[in-house]
Amino acid sequence: MKYDILLAGVGGQGLLSMAVIIASAAMKNGYFVKQSEVHGMSQRGGAVLANLRISDQPIHSDIIARGDADMILSLEIMEGLRYLDYLAADGTMLTSTGRVENIGDYPAQEEIVDRIQQLPHTCLVQADDLAKEAGTVLAGNMAMVGAASVFLPLEAEGLEIQIERLFRPKGGKVVETNLRAFRLGRNSLSCAAP
Amino acid sequence: MFPMVVYLPRVSGSTSIKRGPVRQVLLGDEAVALGAVHAGITAAYAYPGTPSTEILEYLIRLSDQAGKPKACWCANEKTAFEEALGVSMVGRRALVAMKHVGLNVAADPFMNGAIVQINGGLVVAVADDPGMHSSQNEQDSRYFADMARIPCLEPANQQEAYEMVREAFELSEQFHVPVMVRLVTRLAHSRAVVRPQPPLAERPMKKPRDTRGWTLLPAYARMQWRDLLDRQPDMLAFSEASPNNQLVLNPERHDLGVITTGLARNYYFENFGELRHRPSHLHVGAYPLPVARIRELAAHVDKLLVLEEGNPYLERYLRGLLPQALRIEGKLSGHLPQDGELTPDFVRLALDLPGRRSVSTTDLPVRNRPPQLCQGCPHADSYAAIRASIEGLEQSLVASDIGCYTLGALPPYSAIESCVCMGASIGMAKGAAEAGMNPVFAVIGDSTFLHSGVTPLMDAVAHDADIVLVILDNSTVGMTGGQPTILPSSALEPLVLGLGVHPEHLHVLEAHPKRVGEMTEVLRREIRHHGLSVVIAVRECIETAKRRRREERSPQPGGAEG
Ligand code: SF4
Repeated sequence: MKYDILLAGVGGQGLLSMAVIIASAAMKNGYFVKQSEVHGMSQRGGAVLANLRISDQPIHSDIIARGDADMILSLEIMEGLRYLDYLAADGTMLTSTGRVENIGDYPAQEEIVDRIQQLPHTCLVQADDLAKEAGTVLAGNMAMVGAASVFLPLEAEGLEIQIERLFRPKGGKVVETNLRAFRLGRNSLSCAAP
Repeated sequence: MFPMVVYLPRVSGSTSIKRGPVRQVLLGDEAVALGAVHAGITAAYAYPGTPSTEILEYLIRLSDQAGKPKACWCANEKTAFEEALGVSMVGRRALVAMKHVGLNVAADPFMNGAIVQINGGLVVAVADDPGMHSSQNEQDSRYFADMARIPCLEPANQQEAYEMVREAFELSEQFHVPVMVRLVTRLAHSRAVVRPQPPLAERPMKKPRDTRGWTLLPAYARMQWRDLLDRQPDMLAFSEASPNNQLVLNPERHDLGVITTGLARNYYFENFGELRHRPSHLHVGAYPLPVARIRELAAHVDKLLVLEEGNPYLERYLRGLLPQALRIEGKLSGHLPQDGELTPDFVRLALDLPGRRSVSTTDLPVRNRPPQLCQGCPHADSYAAIRASIEGLEQSLVASDIGCYTLGALPPYSAIESCVCMGASIGMAKGAAEAGMNPVFAVIGDSTFLHSGVTPLMDAVAHDADIVLVILDNSTVGMTGGQPTILPSSALEPLVLGLGVHPEHLHVLEAHPKRVGEMTEVLRREIRHHGLSVVIAVRECIETAKRRRREERSPQPGGAEG
């Protein structure tokens, strides 16, 4: 088994917490994991990218090869497309419909959605709405982890344990909100489960 | 940022499984830090620089909790290296960490540190940045190790990073030289499980009886240099015998040999399964180059493919200057790009494997999204004032420096016109003014100023250079994640005055949207003054301010160092 996820988003959206939660849950499960991200300049509202590789065999490369990603998991509607050449022919594009319009010349939503829907396996998630429903706009990333959990070779329970661990220092309320976002994300996709 | 500790159940495939040491999930940088701790270091020094910053961040967290080792940020990489030399001289172990261009700053103590008689182990961890994710060049630190005639270890994964740092301390004491551990961004910023080994105790203090080995008077320096040259065969013997340099010959085939260095091995192995034949393979993880092993491989094959992350360092050696029968493929032959980061995809093509198919990627509605200053960043206000002050002038030059504020070169600010190396703005401004340009600005952040701006300001004071220096004082090292500056903001004004800047031409102003007009007026006035002026534009970085407020509300949760 190997599962390669390319995480995309915009600096400040909480991409790293997503990667950490999935990676920790995978490791708890006894899988080999490599998780790589680029820090520095890219944190300032620019495009950010993280590579997450899970396998039952030792993993060599820290980065995913082109055409090899089983999933692109994007926190922003346009960002996932940026790395499309990494998606395997039968890979899944799982993206939030949210837009971060901090640049001029931002393409129209329909244009982006149309292009995404041409892909063989696509799931669009109203992550921003789900996050608001959970209690904070900041939890869009956990809604996306919830949606991704439908596809990942991991149990939802293991992911929830990691969410709890990560947010525990911030207090019980924050944990609850993020768990709620996770479950809302997961349920929003239950229909699309493979 | 998110320390994780995982207690893994059992490792499949390994024999006798006891309850092993606590495995940890670590960034490459953190693995370096833990390796140093377990090698018994007394102290660690650094200046923040992507991708090496997390080495010291880890050690500072640890020393906040455990009281040791001594771990501190320094004014710059040169002072960091010199502090480490002091630790070594009195017999204890020290780690010094920096990014590749930081080694340029530390080049003086680095090159001369190779000549002294290293006593306590001294390891310099240097993180190169192929692909320039957050740097101004792609220099390869292996050249520096070569020039200094010291060993260099190059890990390919987090476990090796941990182990090689420990090994580097042993080598440093064995050969009495500093030892380099070369990292690259992709390892520094990637996490995986590391299994630590039992830690060593800190070394006792032991000043050498004979201090001539540390006193590079020409007479003693000649002895030390001769001695370093005499130690070279031993270092080579180490490298030839090192398990880090593994040669596997395929007795049945002679068509292809592959040499990998550092991280390139991962990309080679990633594609290995699809190769029809098993090429002979030498991996180089320890330098000086294991010459005999390279020759053995070369004698066995008709063609060599050289895969290196960074510059074609080894490949250039192999090619030499004279014609040869052996075919060598690599970056210099055009089989791999000379610039940018190595990837599994490039390595694939160099191995003659077909490119992988992905989904169709035509007609993507995707726009560039460059990094930007944060909303509300104080630099934006200073840039608004600088632009307003020079508007309508026939000519002007705004030299600048390295930090978040370098993003001011891009729209919508388009306020600065240069970024070369730490501190360069001030010297360049002085030079441009002396060449006839007017007005000339130098724009530099507070931390960059303290790192490398004070000395060129002395030049500017000495010659009353006709420049306007703007120090952007946001009370933090912003770009690397908000480390504290080496001196507090309150020290800047007395420092600048103490250097001899005229008090009438020193202004401390707030960088605030409401006060752009005021700053513009001051700048216009100082443009008219023919001589040195300094404006300190003050407002805390909003990211740092946010974090400070958060921490004041609830104290930082402890890290998870096991
Ligand atoms: S981190 Fe601080 S200094 Fe850097 S852009 Fe943001 S507000 Fe400005």
